[in-house]
Amino acid sequence: MAALVELVDVTKIYRMGDVELRALDGVSLSISEGEFTAVMGASGSGKSTLMNLLGCLDRPTQGRYVLDGQEVSTLDNDELAAIRNRTLGFVFQNFNLLARTSAVENVELPLLYSGVTAAERHARAAESLGRVGLGDRLHHHPNQMSGGQQQRVAIARALVNRPRIILADEPTGNLDSRTSVDVMALFQELGRTGITVILVTHEPDIAGYAARVLTMRDGKVRKDVRQAPRRAEPQPENVEATP
Amino acid sequence: MSWLATLRVALRALARNKLRSFLTGLGVVIGVAAVIAMVAIGDGAKARVEATFAAMGSNMLIVMNGSSGGGGAMGGFGSLPTLTWDDLKAIQTELTAVREAAPVLRTSAQILAEELNWGTSVQGTTPEFFRVRNWGVATGSPLTQSDVDGGTKVALLGQTVVEKLFGANANPVGQMIRVKNVPFTVVGVLEKKGQSPFGQDYDDVVVVPVSTFQQKLQGGLKNFIAGSIMVSAVSADATSRAQSQIRSLLRDRHRLTLDADDDFSIRNLSEVASAQAEGTRTLTTLLMAIAAVSLLVGGIGIMNIMLVSVTERTREIGVRMAVGARARDIQLQFLVEALTLSMAGGLIGVGFGLGVAGWMARSFGWSMLIRPEVILLSVGFSALVGIGFGFYPALKASRLDPITALRFE
Repeated sequence: MAALVELVDVTKIYRMGDVELRALDGVSLSISEGEFTAVMGASGSGKSTLMNLLGCLDRPTQGRYVLDGQEVSTLDNDELAAIRNRTLGFVFQNFNLLARTSAVENVELPLLYSGVTAAERHARAAESLGRVGLGDRLHHHPNQMSGGQQQRVAIARALVNRPRIILADEPTGNLDSRTSVDVMALFQELGRTGITVILVTHEPDIAGYAARVLTMRDGKVRKDVRQAPRRAEPQPENVEATP
Repeated sequence: MSWLATLRVALRALARNKLRSFLTGLGVVIGVAAVIAMVAIGDGAKARVEATFAAMGSNMLIVMNGSSGGGGAMGGFGSLPTLTWDDLKAIQTELTAVREAAPVLRTSAQILAEELNWGTSVQGTTPEFFRVRNWGVATGSPLTQSDVDGGTKVALLGQTVVEKLFGANANPVGQMIRVKNVPFTVVGVLEKKGQSPFGQDYDDVVVVPVSTFQQKLQGGLKNFIAGSIMVSAVSADATSRAQSQIRSLLRDRHRLTLDADDDFSIRNLSEVASAQAEGTRTLTTLLMAIAAVSLLVGGIGIMNIMLVSVTERTREIGVRMAVGARARDIQLQFLVEALTLSMAGGLIGVGFGLGVAGWMARSFGWSMLIRPEVILLSVGFSALVGIGFGFYPALKASRLDPITALRFE
């Protein structure tokens, strides 16, 4: 199978005055389509930098990044924005939903920037929320939802523009363990539909749900393990209390 | 991102902080309201000045006698009679830029009616006077040439005189009045003329034939005009031409040498009128400048709040960028927000300004004039303020680094 993500000898150097910080040091990596990958490592190991590069939020100092057959390390900001819009979906630790904005409008956000009509935006956002099990909470605001529900809204937002890859940065960091399992179950389900999920975590427990675990230290990938993922059993829907 | 979607996002963002948006827009509201109110009042004042000068007479010049002198004390213009009846005739007939000319002799007298009396100004003149002054008769008949030729004892009354002698709404035509013990028959009442630019009541006057005036009310000077000559030029543009024609004619007729001063003076009232209008225009400009400054202050308020808003919403900007917003989408969003604030402020300000102008006009008895282009201009200017002062915050927002913005606490 052709690699969806291909990093070739990627180095990222941050300069702070005279100090040079080598956040990524010659990383080569390829991830196939549908491969549920977890990136682990202590803080400062370079895993966030790797995610920013994979997410097209930043460019490597050296090396090549080929995403879905396209060399992206040389694209300009607008072209990177277009790739983030169409090919990538982001899920953050702190959900990053817009406050005082309904779930469906939060999910519509990526579609605003891809020239989709208002009616289609709404329909696709509703469909996406249905996919994460929130079809009945379209007009709830983030502050009316539990953490797990908010993260599922964020996942629906990441899914709404039918991306190839979902990048999740500590998606369970702000969730209790049972809700975390729910979210991981959702990611595993997405993986079965062919979406490539790449998640950053420092919890080995969470990494256990992935099919491949990369461990980073000092800007290098130290371990690359393919494993039989633990199956996340979704919890009954009605257990989670809605405030 | 479509314009409509951008506008909706902007409105939603503004609605999230209703009080703040209102207070921010208030600066522009007050600025625009000030502009609208000031210009409406200023234009009203100008229109009124122009109207009062138009009431005075169209394209009018006044030729006055020279000043007496030689004894040490110089009299004012008109104190030394130099204008003759032949001069008048020459002005009437010989000059191309002159349409009409009429002599005006004036005295003040106590007028006696049957029951009441009233001190006023009595003018002796000819029918041309009413054409020069653009003044008609409300009731009764006008002054005729045969009245002048025959020296008849007829009088036309101004509305104020009618009111003082006969009471309001009375019809005095046919009644008898006495001026300096000479009985006159009232043949007509003049149209209401209003006030001069200097507050003089034009309607407080009694007009009699100039011949009768000379024979019965003020004797003396036979060949000279003991008053002034009112001249109307053929058009408003011709007043200066008429003035120079009259001047050279009179200098010629009075046989003045090249180095001699004029022994008469000519007042060009359209010059006075334009000077007055100029004065009002200066005042309007000044008021507008003040109003524009307040609009500018409103703009600074918008900029301030937009900068705060950009900082507050750094995370939102980061999220938008992460999901695919380009720098120009972000810039446009904040620009449209600033523009919406200032345009809404501008529109509310127009309504508010019209209200204030109307209220001031009513309570101070001022006149106001609303020109549509002023409204368009001030709304356009407030849009410009929004774009001008929203540009930097929007640029700042669009230049945020998505990674830093997403981590912003």
